[in-house]
Amino acid sequence: MNMRLMPKSFIYTALLLCSLAVLFPLLYTLSTSLMSEAESAVYPPPLLPEAINLSNFAKVIDTIPVLTFIGNSLIVSIAIMLGQIVTASLAAYAFAFLRFPGKTLLFSLFLATMMIPWEVIMIPNYLTVKSLNWLDTYQGLIVPFLATAFGTFLLRQTFLQLPKELFEAARVDGCGHVRTFLSMVLPLSIPGIATLGVYSFLNNWNMYLWPLLTTNRVEMRTVQIGIGMLQFEEMNSWNLILSGVLLLLLPSLLLLALGLKPLVRGITAGALKG
Amino acid sequence: MMMDNELSLPSPGHSLSAHASQSGESAAAAMRIAAKKTRSREIMLAYACLAPSLLIFGLFLFYPLLKSVYLSLFLTDPQGRVAEFVGLDNFKEILASEMFYTSFWNTLLFILLTVPTGIAAAILLAALTHNKLRGMKIFRFIFSLPMAVSVGTGSMIWMILYHPTLGILNYFLSLLGSQPIQWLTDPKWAMISVALMTIWMNLGFNYILMLSGMQGVSEDIYDSTKIDGSGPLRTFFRITMPLISPTLFFTSVVSVIGAFQAFGQINILTKGGPINSTNVMVFNIYQDAFVNFRFGIGSAQALILFAIILLLTVFQFKFVEKKVHYQ
Repeated sequence: MNMRLMPKSFIYTALLLCSLAVLFPLLYTLSTSLMSEAESAVYPPPLLPEAINLSNFAKVIDTIPVLTFIGNSLIVSIAIMLGQIVTASLAAYAFAFLRFPGKTLLFSLFLATMMIPWEVIMIPNYLTVKSLNWLDTYQGLIVPFLATAFGTFLLRQTFLQLPKELFEAARVDGCGHVRTFLSMVLPLSIPGIATLGVYSFLNNWNMYLWPLLTTNRVEMRTVQIGIGMLQFEEMNSWNLILSGVLLLLLPSLLLLALGLKPLVRGITAGALKG
Repeated sequence: MMMDNELSLPSPGHSLSAHASQSGESAAAAMRIAAKKTRSREIMLAYACLAPSLLIFGLFLFYPLLKSVYLSLFLTDPQGRVAEFVGLDNFKEILASEMFYTSFWNTLLFILLTVPTGIAAAILLAALTHNKLRGMKIFRFIFSLPMAVSVGTGSMIWMILYHPTLGILNYFLSLLGSQPIQWLTDPKWAMISVALMTIWMNLGFNYILMLSGMQGVSEDIYDSTKIDGSGPLRTFFRITMPLISPTLFFTSVVSVIGAFQAFGQINILTKGGPINSTNVMVFNIYQDAFVNFRFGIGSAQALILFAIILLLTVFQFKFVEKKVHYQ
């Protein structure tokens, strides 16, 4: 709506109400995670804790291996993110700067992979990973995701937008492809790479079905699967469950706060070019 | 795609051969061979660059896609080994089973409940923050926040909010004088509850898309409508909506595909219950393949799901996109 034509007070009231609605589940989580067990069990439920009570966090860490889950998720998410940046930037360089037979066909093949829903390939992939004895291992969680068509497409667009003259100058200086890639294309494309990094990390961090299928041992669980343990171990103490939830939310909240800008820029580029 | 506007780096060999062309024919021939060599080196390099991606896609995308088709024609043992060729029997069994239709209609209901409302909410929030008033940065961050919430954490939070006797939602209802709702255990409410949580969880992403769509509309257009004396509602429906229709279209395609694939919130909140009222297609596939270990039936169902998604996406592009206004 063209809000400039509406009274300011109306907009601010609407904004405050909407913020409250959107934030409510998170504020409730924060507030309850600071309550004592007795407080969180009272009905009607209090909205705010009487005193800030940080012991819940220590207790949760003692009850379930939250730190192991966070560690696993970090290892898996960062490994996939770095792997995708490497494979996607290499492929994008080939698509953007190199001439080779079959280029159009291969590029269409890359784009076609975006159409395959994960559910269709999950059963055979599970059987593959199982036959490789990769269940309950990091490689089982990481390797199937090391290539990304979306990322390749995003970086190809980024590379193509780099100033042409620069590469012509480099060529005259006798700069080969490997050096061009490492010392010019990559450093100049850091914003695009950052977008891919944030997007990839959030996706990997939030992965649910695949780790559910391929991990059984508690020590191998990721955050999203491990969080289910709260449900069984501490079903009756909401303050503990929600302080666990809050701990597990922190890394992605932090990343969102830091990475919102590159993410928005990247999504915008993708959505507008549709 | 637009492969012709490529900007390719001519290989370093070219400049070399230019220098050498003055010095005799044999040297020129040697240089041609050298140029050819750099050309084939470029091709080798290109394939080497693509090799890692192609290897992963081959092993974990194309091979499993073919294997899904293969598995769907067989009965398998619980280890996933093929036991007996059954032709299209798996597909026949699925199309004859009541559960398949239940899960199909549940999926459609889930899409209807989450996609239009989710997009409408995102448009409202984007419209409210698309201005130059003070403090918009904070509101934009707040409305993007659900993006950090994953399906695991989000479901745990809502499970507690939805608690039938001690949950805060029912407490609020009681303040309004309403009877408590059995959010997750009443078959009439379970799907609505799962949908509500999903809308909230996806709000951040949809909001960012809508806001960036609105920010892409040029300021002049707004100024000219202001001069024309067009009211805010009229401006919105006549001007803003058509201009952000590419974003709207993109968001709806992505949301529909995403809604088809919803699984985590259902597995955590309701496990497909009560009495299958939230049993969507992906949950049904999961049950068949990984709880009952019927990989053949599971693969056949996954292929049916794939076909439905593909048809729907093609439909959206063929018919709906015509109404989209590209600048």
